[in-house]
Amino acid sequence: MSELNLTIDGQVVKSQPGLSLLLAARANGIDIPTLCFHDDLKPEGHCRLCVVEIGPPGRTRLVNSCTYPVEEGLVVQTQSEKALASRRMVLELLLAQAPAAELIQKLAAEMGVYETRFKKADPQARCILCAQCVRTCREVVGVSAISMAYRTPKKMVATPFKEDSEACIGCGSCVFICPTNVIMYTEKDGIRTVWGRHFELQACQKCGTYIAPKAQLEHWAKITGDPVESFFTCRDCR
Amino acid sequence: MPKFETISQLEEYRRRLLAQRDAQAPQVLVCGGPGCLPMGSEEVAAAFQQELKQRGLAAKVILKESGCQGLCARAVKVMLRPREITYQQVTPEDVPEIVEETLVKGKILERLCYQADDGAVKAKKSEIPFYQGQHPLVLGKMDLIDPTSLDDYLAAGGYRAIPHIFGKMSPEAVIDVVERSGLRGRGGGGFPTGRKWRLCRQVPGDVKYLICNGDEGDPGAFMDRAVMEGDPHAVLEGMIIGGYAIGANQGFIYVRHEYPLAVKRLSLAIDQARASGLLGADLLGSGFNFDVKISKGAGAFVCGEETALIASMEGNIGEPRNRPPFPAQHGLWGKPTVINNVESWANVPEIINQGPEWYAAIGTDKSKGTKVFSLVGAVNNTGLVEVPMGTTLRQMVYELGGGIRGGGDFKAVQTGGPSGGCIPKQYLDLPVDYDSLQSVGSIMGSGGMIVMDEHSCMVDVARYFMSFLNDESCGKCTPCREGTKHLLEILTAITKGEGQEEHLALMEELCVTMKDASLCGLGQSAANPVLSTLKYFREEYEAHILQKKCPALVCRPLLKYTIDPETCTGCLACVRECPADAIRGEAGEPQELDQALCVKCGMCHAMCKFDAVKVES
Repeated sequence: MSELNLTIDGQVVKSQPGLSLLLAARANGIDIPTLCFHDDLKPEGHCRLCVVEIGPPGRTRLVNSCTYPVEEGLVVQTQSEKALASRRMVLELLLAQAPAAELIQKLAAEMGVYETRFKKADPQARCILCAQCVRTCREVVGVSAISMAYRTPKKMVATPFKEDSEACIGCGSCVFICPTNVIMYTEKDGIRTVWGRHFELQACQKCGTYIAPKAQLEHWAKITGDPVESFFTCRDCR
Repeated sequence: MPKFETISQLEEYRRRLLAQRDAQAPQVLVCGGPGCLPMGSEEVAAAFQQELKQRGLAAKVILKESGCQGLCARAVKVMLRPREITYQQVTPEDVPEIVEETLVKGKILERLCYQADDGAVKAKKSEIPFYQGQHPLVLGKMDLIDPTSLDDYLAAGGYRAIPHIFGKMSPEAVIDVVERSGLRGRGGGGFPTGRKWRLCRQVPGDVKYLICNGDEGDPGAFMDRAVMEGDPHAVLEGMIIGGYAIGANQGFIYVRHEYPLAVKRLSLAIDQARASGLLGADLLGSGFNFDVKISKGAGAFVCGEETALIASMEGNIGEPRNRPPFPAQHGLWGKPTVINNVESWANVPEIINQGPEWYAAIGTDKSKGTKVFSLVGAVNNTGLVEVPMGTTLRQMVYELGGGIRGGGDFKAVQTGGPSGGCIPKQYLDLPVDYDSLQSVGSIMGSGGMIVMDEHSCMVDVARYFMSFLNDESCGKCTPCREGTKHLLEILTAITKGEGQEEHLALMEELCVTMKDASLCGLGQSAANPVLSTLKYFREEYEAHILQKKCPALVCRPLLKYTIDPETCTGCLACVRECPADAIRGEAGEPQELDQALCVKCGMCHAMCKFDAVKVES
C-alpha cells in the first residue's frame, strides 16, 4: 500500500497506512510519553498519557496516539497546550493512586509535576492498572492466569476469584513487565512463589543452576510439541 | 396462529382478524407497566377476571394487561375502551364498583378519575393534560394491546412495514428512507441512524450483525424497559427492517438480567414471530433470512456503551475499547455490526409505514421525530411521556408534569441520566433536542428527566450522581477511574463542610481532562453533573465551603436541629426516636436538644407532629 502524508507538530511526515499515530511520530523522531504502551503488546489505551490533539484548527480533539491510526492529511499536535495539560493531570492522578511508584514520579517531574493536589492512596501503593501484566499473560505467555477484576473503586489485577490460579505457570512475565514493580516473586530452596502459588524450579541437568519453573517448561513442551526433557538444560549449557 | 409463507397470507390473516374483532366491544386494559406492576396491577387484573366471571361478563368484556399507560404517579391505571375512560389509583376493592357502575350502567366513577387543579373531573385520556402535549409514536400501542398477543399487534397495524419493503424496496432504498427521516440514535449519542446503517452496509463482508441495546441503566429511567415489556414486537419489526437494510441475518437483543419481564416478553415475542414465519428462513417468501436472539447482560452501566456491550456479549470483561475501528466496521466477533437502542428500533416501522417526510415534519430542525422521557422527581404527574423533539422544558414540567409537587419552586431539571447535567430555571423555555441540551451543558442521554425543587441541594445531587458513576466506571482509563474517585471524594468533603476554596478550581481542571481524555462516553460525560452545577449553582458550593451552610437543608453535617420551646408539647415522640439520647425533658414540658450529643440524623424532625423541631443551616 502507498504511504500516507500527515502533519505532526508542523512537520509533514510519511507513514505506512495502519500505523498508530504514536509509532508514526516515533518513526519521525517525535517522542510521546507512554505508560501502558509496550512494543510487544496490543495497545489498549488505558493510561491516556499518550494523548495528542488532532484535527483542523477550531475543531480539534484529543485522542490517544497509541491506538489512533494515521489518516491522510491528518493534522496532529503532540505538544499542544491541551495535550500537555491532560498529560499533567493524568500524572497528577497517578501520583495520588500510586505514591510509591518511582516511574510515575520521574515522568511527572519531567513534565513539571512534583506534587499531587489529590488525596493520596496508601503510601505503599504502586499499581497504576496499566494492565501490561494481564496483557502479557494473555498475549505473550498465552495462559491468562491473571485478569482485571472489579470496577473502578475496587479495580485490581487478580487471579480468578482471587484463588490460586491453576493456569499460572510461574513464568514471572508479569513481574518482568510491570513498569512500577508491583508484582514480585520470591525464590528460595528451589521454589518460586508468585501469585500465592509455589512452583518447583527445574535445575539444569548439566550445571545445576535453576532454569525455570517445571510448570513453565511443561507449557513450552506443550506448545512446541518437543519432549519436556529437552528443556532441562539451561541456555548456557546447550 | 398459522405460519405465514407469503405477504398475502399475512395480510389475509390480518383482514380476517379485524373482521372478527368488534371495535366497539368493551375492553378493560389494566396497566402492567413498570410503575403499576409493583403497585399491584396483577391483583387488580385478577380482581377484574374474577368479577367478570362471577357476573357472567367474561365473554362480553375483553380483559387485558397492557404495557405502560404513562402517568405512573397514579398507579394502578385502568383504561376502559372504547370510551377511553382512564381510571387511576385503582385497587382490587374498586373493581366490583367499576364493573357494576361503568361497565354495566355506563356511569363514570368520578373518584377514580384525574382531577384538574380547579377540581374539574377528567375522565377521558384525551382530556388529561399529561397526555395532551404528547405525540405517541413509540408508545402509541401501549394502552391498546396485550404485549403477549401477536394477534393484538397485528390488529393494531403491526408488521405492516414488512410488506412495504419486501419485494418493493431495495435495502439501499430502506436506508435512504431512514436517512431522510432524520432519525438519530435514541440511546443518547444522537448519531444519524440511517448513516450508521449505510456505513455498515458499505463495509464488505458476508456476515453482519445487528444489536438492539436494551441495557438501560440510568437511575430513574425506564423508557426502554417499558417498550420491551409493553410492545416487544415493535422492536423485532424494527430489527427485521434493519437487518434487511444492512444485510444482516442475525440480530441480538442485549437486555439486562434485572429486567426479567422484558426478557420474558421479548422471548415470547421471538417465539411467536418464529412460529408465524416472521423470523427465520425465507421471511414471508422474500428470500431474506433473519433471526433474533437474546443476550443477557449482568447489569453494568458501562455495558450500555456499544464497544463494552460487544465485549460483554463476546464473554469478555465489559470494558469499552478505543475507536476507530467503529462497530460498523469491526463489531461483534469482528464483524460489521449496527447497534441501536430499543427506542430507535421501535421508531423504524412507523417511518417505513408513513414515510420519511411525515416523520421529518415532527420535531426540530436537526432533531426529528419524538422522544420518550421518563419524567420523574418533584412533579405532580410522574411517568413516561413521549413528546415531539423541541417541546420545551416548561411544557414538560408544568403542562405534562402538572407543576411542582407541593407547589414549590422549580430549581433544576437533570436530563440525560447520571452523566447528564442540571439545567436551571433560566432555560425552562429551552426547546429540548440533542443540540440544545448540549449547548447548556447537559445531554439527551436515553431520556431521563429528573425535576428538582428547592429541597434539592445541588452539591448533594452532584455527589449522588458521582457516586453512581464512580461505582459504574469500568476503571479501564485513568481520567475516568481516578477522576470519578477524586470528584466523589471532594464532593463528599464539601457536603460535610470540609470543602476548601481551591477545590472548585481543582474540580473544574480535572473535569476538563475527564471530558477530553477519557476513553468512552461514560468518562467523557461523567464530569457533566459537576460542571453544570458548578456553572449554574456555584453559590451553593460557596455556601457549603465558605459559610459551612447547606441552603437547601439537605447536607446533614451542616444542619442544626433545635426544639422550639413555644411549640413543643412534650409528647416525647422525638425522645423515643433519638438514637443518641440527645433530647431531654419532662413529659408534657418543652424538650431540649443537646447539640453536643446530636448526630443530626433528622429523626426528631421527621417525628414531630407539631413542627416544633426546627432545622437551620
